[in-house]
Amino acid sequence: MLKTFVKGGVHPPENKLSASRPIESLPLPQTVSIPLSQHIGAPPVPLVQKNDRVKTGQLIARSEGFVSANIHSSVTGKVVKLEDVMDAGGYRRPAVTIQVEEDEWMPEIITTPGLIKEFDLSVEEIIEKVKEAGIVGMGGATFPSHVKMSVPRGKKVELLIINGVECEPWLTSDHRLMLEKGEELLVGIRLIMKALQVEKALIGIENNKPDAIEHLSGLCLGEKGISVVPLKVKYPQGGEKQLIKALTGREVPSGGLPIDVGTVVHNVGTAFAVYEALQKNKPLIERVVTVTGPSVKNPSNFLVRTGTPVNHLIEAAGGLPEDTGKIISGGPMMGKALNSLRVPVTKGTSGILILPESMSVRKPVLPCIRCSRCIFVCPMGLEPYLLMTLSEKEMTERMEKEHVMDCIECGSCSYICPSNRPLLDYIRLGKAQVNQLIRSRKK
Amino acid sequence: MDKLLRVSYSPHIHGENSVPRLMWGVIISLVPAFVLSILYFGLGAILVTATSVLSCVLFEYLIQRFIMKVPPTVNDGSAVVTGVLLAFCLPATIPLWLVALGALIAIGVGKMSFGGLGNNPFNPALVGRVFLFISFPVQLTSWPLPMGFKTKLVDAATGATPLGMIKEGLLNNQQVPPLMEEIPSHMQLFYGNMNGSMGEVAAIALLLGFIYMVVKKIIPPVIPLTILGTVFVFTGILWLANPESNADPLFHLLTGGVMLGAIYMATDYVTSPMTKKGMVVFGIGIGVITVLIRRFGSYPEGVQFAILIMNAFVPLINSWFKPKRFGEEVQHG
Repeated sequence: MLKTFVKGGVHPPENKLSASRPIESLPLPQTVSIPLSQHIGAPPVPLVQKNDRVKTGQLIARSEGFVSANIHSSVTGKVVKLEDVMDAGGYRRPAVTIQVEEDEWMPEIITTPGLIKEFDLSVEEIIEKVKEAGIVGMGGATFPSHVKMSVPRGKKVELLIINGVECEPWLTSDHRLMLEKGEELLVGIRLIMKALQVEKALIGIENNKPDAIEHLSGLCLGEKGISVVPLKVKYPQGGEKQLIKALTGREVPSGGLPIDVGTVVHNVGTAFAVYEALQKNKPLIERVVTVTGPSVKNPSNFLVRTGTPVNHLIEAAGGLPEDTGKIISGGPMMGKALNSLRVPVTKGTSGILILPESMSVRKPVLPCIRCSRCIFVCPMGLEPYLLMTLSEKEMTERMEKEHVMDCIECGSCSYICPSNRPLLDYIRLGKAQVNQLIRSRKK
Repeated sequence: MDKLLRVSYSPHIHGENSVPRLMWGVIISLVPAFVLSILYFGLGAILVTATSVLSCVLFEYLIQRFIMKVPPTVNDGSAVVTGVLLAFCLPATIPLWLVALGALIAIGVGKMSFGGLGNNPFNPALVGRVFLFISFPVQLTSWPLPMGFKTKLVDAATGATPLGMIKEGLLNNQQVPPLMEEIPSHMQLFYGNMNGSMGEVAAIALLLGFIYMVVKKIIPPVIPLTILGTVFVFTGILWLANPESNADPLFHLLTGGVMLGAIYMATDYVTSPMTKKGMVVFGIGIGVITVLIRRFGSYPEGVQFAILIMNAFVPLINSWFKPKRFGEEVQHG
């Protein structure tokens, strides 16, 4: 019996069309727009001005405060604009737009491909370099990684969990990374283990990626303390709390963090970025992005510089299909629908999913028939049908009592509902109401 | 100029579930019971079922169209399910106008007066059934003899159900074992060869439907299993304590409406609890009340009242029995 989390979950069609497509380096676009806020936390302060020349890997915005991240230029060229651009969420955010001229990397960055294994770094050095490189959680949450590597006083980490689950349908960027950069990944994991001072790391991978499981298991044979755990395929296993439950049986308490149960979770993409930052002095300026969809001509996995507009990726995958209805940044369960093709790729962009018109329209909403399916699939043990009603009626305090803030927004409830009810939409509204209430209490 | 794109919040995909799909699944699972009811009761079974289904659909359409003034939603299949279930708990020889009246009460009072699908606290088919049962007791208890099988039950065209015979006998100070002599064997009861409501008799067909619905994930098995289990255990205790005045537990499971009630009436999504814990409590309640009425009440069968009574407790059950929240127990080594 393969391990998985106990409560709830759904199994949408996997559709990993691009799983066998090796990672290709995407040619540079003419301009990139690098948003300053690509992470959760305070936006960094820009260090460049219009008409400045920047090199690839050069720091262009310095992090502000502890929970923040540096931003580096992903290309070489001239800064043409410091203006707001539309992000994946549809908001306008400050960004640095650079006209690409050539590709001259900062001199300290090692650009040769050879594997480097240099572990002679102190805990502080590792954390400092991760912070300098602007690394954030690359699974999508984009929380600054150095914060997760700094163990708070009084807490003890026993286990590092590496998230190679990639439970979102369609996406394959982590899968390809594990296949093609396995050795680098293990070095990255070793470095994170050192920063956290743990002896043990588990790499959780769902069973629909047998090649990645086999490859990494082989590499782990010589690695003390690191092992691969195959997991039964179930969405949302890539959710931090679900993955911890699947691997350790422990439940992160309501409102708590993984560290409360002695664990820290990092995505495989993050571990690879840590390797590059510490062994090659390379800041986080590119990532693997899957471009896929039912009508996409060449579903692909691209290595993309941050700030590259989405249409550049789509062109490289065979162009925008005729029947396009919706373009999603991320996976179909939790991704964001884009309203412009010029939205730039950021550190958290795991994929671009292009859905045809026929898959883009929601079905008509029927009354709730109380079939209980939303309760059965909720991985957090909530009652989505009830929360939706409470949210509609703005019964904020009751919603808080019903643990609405525990919702991880995985979308399993809306996915399963036979009446096509927009459960998660209303639960999100409800969470915003409760957040407001909590804030008003603090005043 | 960008192509105009659709935007919405996640999730961007939806499972294949839909209300019509679930309702038609229930209807498919009822086919074996329908076939057997035709086998036992002939043309009457077809006429009653057709009248019931057509009336339910028609009344729902008319009420939505002309009274509620909302777009009719009869194609969601829920009125068809109500129609079939109402027919199944009626005798096959009932006058058809009574069937139509029952359908009007089921849909009009039981369902639409509360706002339609999803809003009714009581199972509509049972509301119709109980209305008819109380208002027209004679017609509702004229149980036809199953055709085509020679039983030694009675020689008239109609007769009492096995449960009715036991009740009657006990009231006349008879004992159960000699009464059982006059009742078909348990195997015959399992196949449904007895006087009774047309769709209730054949336990074998209803169990087939149950298995189909569980395999197809239309309903979770919790409610039927707890009801049948409770009835079995409760009647088993009574039987072991005093076999002279109590029928055996298997007899109780195979007769009356408990199979149809447990598998189809009590599992109605709208009127049953939301959590598995709640479903267990609901099922035990139905089982206990059913046996209490059968054994100590004045009616031979109690499952219809038991389900309606427990329907009334569902909101309370829902607020008492919550799912186990993730991270609720904060005890880790």
